[in-house]
Amino acid sequence: MTRLGRATVGVVSTFTLAASLAACGSDADTLTVYSAQHESLVRTMLEDFTAETGIELEFRDANDSELANQLVEEGEASPADVFLTENSPAISAVDEAGLLAPLAEGTLSQVGEQYRPSSGNWVGFAARSTALIYNPAEIAEGELPASMLDLADPAWEGRVAIAAGGADFQAIVSAVLELEGEEATREWLAGLERNAEIYASNTAIMKAVDEGEVPVGITYHYYWFRDQAQNGLIGDDAELHYFRNQDPGAFLSTSGAGVLASSDQPEQAQQLVEYLTSRAAQERLADSSALEYAVGTDVPSADALPPLAELQAPAVDPGSLNAPQVTELMQEVGLL
Amino acid sequence: MFRQRVAELLWNTTRLALGTVAVCAVLGVGAAWLVARSSVPGRRLWHVLLVAPLAVPAFVNSFAWISLLPGLDTYAGALLVVSLSYFPFVYLPVVAAFRGLDPALEETARGLGLSGWAVFRRVQLPQLRVALLGGSLLVALHVLAEFGALQMLRYPTFTTAIYDQYRATFNGPAATVLAGVLILLCLLLLLAEVRLRGHRGYAGSGRGAARPVRPVELRALTVPVLLALAGLVGLALLVPLGALAYWLAGGASAGLEWGALAATTGSTLALAAGAAAVTTAMAVPTGWLAVRARGRVATLLERATYLGSSLPGIVVALALVTLSLRATPWLYQTVPVLLAAYAILFLPRAIVTVRAAVEQSPPLYDDVAASLGSAGVDRLRRITLPLLAPGLGAGAALVFLAVVTELTATLLLAPTGTATLATAFWSASSALEYGAAAPYAVVMVLLSAPATVLLSRDTRRGLPA
Repeated sequence: MTRLGRATVGVVSTFTLAASLAACGSDADTLTVYSAQHESLVRTMLEDFTAETGIELEFRDANDSELANQLVEEGEASPADVFLTENSPAISAVDEAGLLAPLAEGTLSQVGEQYRPSSGNWVGFAARSTALIYNPAEIAEGELPASMLDLADPAWEGRVAIAAGGADFQAIVSAVLELEGEEATREWLAGLERNAEIYASNTAIMKAVDEGEVPVGITYHYYWFRDQAQNGLIGDDAELHYFRNQDPGAFLSTSGAGVLASSDQPEQAQQLVEYLTSRAAQERLADSSALEYAVGTDVPSADALPPLAELQAPAVDPGSLNAPQVTELMQEVGLL
Repeated sequence: MFRQRVAELLWNTTRLALGTVAVCAVLGVGAAWLVARSSVPGRRLWHVLLVAPLAVPAFVNSFAWISLLPGLDTYAGALLVVSLSYFPFVYLPVVAAFRGLDPALEETARGLGLSGWAVFRRVQLPQLRVALLGGSLLVALHVLAEFGALQMLRYPTFTTAIYDQYRATFNGPAATVLAGVLILLCLLLLLAEVRLRGHRGYAGSGRGAARPVRPVELRALTVPVLLALAGLVGLALLVPLGALAYWLAGGASAGLEWGALAATTGSTLALAAGAAAVTTAMAVPTGWLAVRARGRVATLLERATYLGSSLPGIVVALALVTLSLRATPWLYQTVPVLLAAYAILFLPRAIVTVRAAVEQSPPLYDDVAASLGSAGVDRLRRITLPLLAPGLGAGAALVFLAVVTELTATLLLAPTGTATLATAFWSASSALEYGAAAPYAVVMVLLSAPATVLLSRDTRRGLPA
């Protein structure tokens, strides 16, 4: 074969390959799931779903706000059938854009009332508690702040870690906004802008606290518990502190699941959300190493976790948490 | 509303770009002088080792450093890591320029009584200016567009801030403002390079007979110079490779997912090969026109392609998301849109080599073939394309190399369920699962190595043994 002939074959075969790559997005029996929840948690909860129902799943994994904003941008043209979030503000934003279909009453009633919005267009399938991770070698337990809002005091300058770019932290800010109002939230954020060391993720915060780079960090509980279950690979020198007392820092964040109104397979999509909130899937969550809280009615969470009742979370309607206003406030003070 | 944040990012971005350019210029020119003009032993080996850091993508280098030394998340840390990744961009053109310099000029200057330093400053440096400026421009553009390496080092610049804005608001006005400032910075750099390059010519009147260079004797300085070169190569090459080996060994005990690694490698190869083919094909008309139909239009056409490539991947990707959703919703999240992004980002790399190939293939052959009755497609197939083949191959290799390590555009535009080595590495290393991330980085380095060797061979030939 001539050199050119070989080149032609090469070009043609790469095009064929590229075309076959392109083709695998549009299978008729496959549900497209936009998922912001941790891959391992979702895959564990849905382990038997395909075997039991014959419905194949395809995941697009990214962060809460990335996917929420992408869904809003896509609108009716979205290829997604189901949206799973880590935190409720992202799914509320999609709900407010009118892109979610109502869920079946049977699905909604599988979880506690505090884990679903009044709209009934999405439902919680897991929950996580806000916590303060700290290094006892750097700061005594007695010196920890009584409220998460105290971290805006000048005394904390350079001593608190946050993952400002992440959806988890932004969900916590949305709870502060809901509970304390706009003015107090702006002040708190401005204080954090001065005080905080910014990290890329909660895991990075845990590592930094463990290594004594910074004494405390705002995070969710399960990062530390998962790490403990793996013999404290990253954070064996760090401890968790709960704010309790209905403090904004005791906020319990809900992971939401919803069906896109534009889905071309609405029945199967509804089936998936029903499965996710069923007793079987919720028990699987409780038994797994994900260590987030189960939300199914009367399904106990993992034994390693402190019971939810002891954490004294403030009452927050998960459907009312506002994502866009949080972004605006964070931009205003320079955290984004 | 964003003034303070924008000012802060502007300060961060410019001081990193200027600092990196300065460090890379010193390292690149210094190393090139040692390899091309001094008596340091093992010059060919040093040459390969000084180009080799190009095979380690900047975000892999950054991962290696930060996983070993978490305290590197400062300006100095970012400057160190980025400079170690980018100095070959200056080294390569400068060493090639040294090769092209006529040693007679230097010897004449010495004969007229100039010291070694004065020869370098007054004779060699002015002749190296174009190469040095070109290399510095590349370094600056890469710093502006760098995302992965700086995100890992917690050093915010315009590009990392645009990514954070995108995560919070997708395509909001704040991201657009930041991208606008970034485009202005890119334009300023391109203009500054053209201005500084000037019009003074340094071409000799004829090639003459190539005379071997008489290297400057280092004598007592030989050992310190060897140590310095070893130190540079050690920091730029051994640290990242060592860290990868360390994490690979740790990750292997936790069990390697061979299936996932193979599938990811496969889809990366397919995407990179597809992008290389498409982009090189697109480069042919522009490269051809720029040589055979010289003029303002052709020059403008050629330069216009640089603008897209000087933008960070995320800005191009955001534009394509919006465009494909509005204009061609059936193409959204498919391979063609991703290939289009790669073509926009990497077209100049192919054009540069295709253009050089057209320069070197005299139009005479085409004319002779035409006079013998070969026309149209036949002449293109039998004469023109075979003459261009080496240039096309080199261009395709450069695009291939760039696609294998592309991160941000791939994250946004890849079809659902498609992971590449870069995105898989990124998601594992963001979760700080260093052991799981390492195998993907190793495959990226292995895939990049052959193209890097090719690049170094091109300039190695003229070096004294």
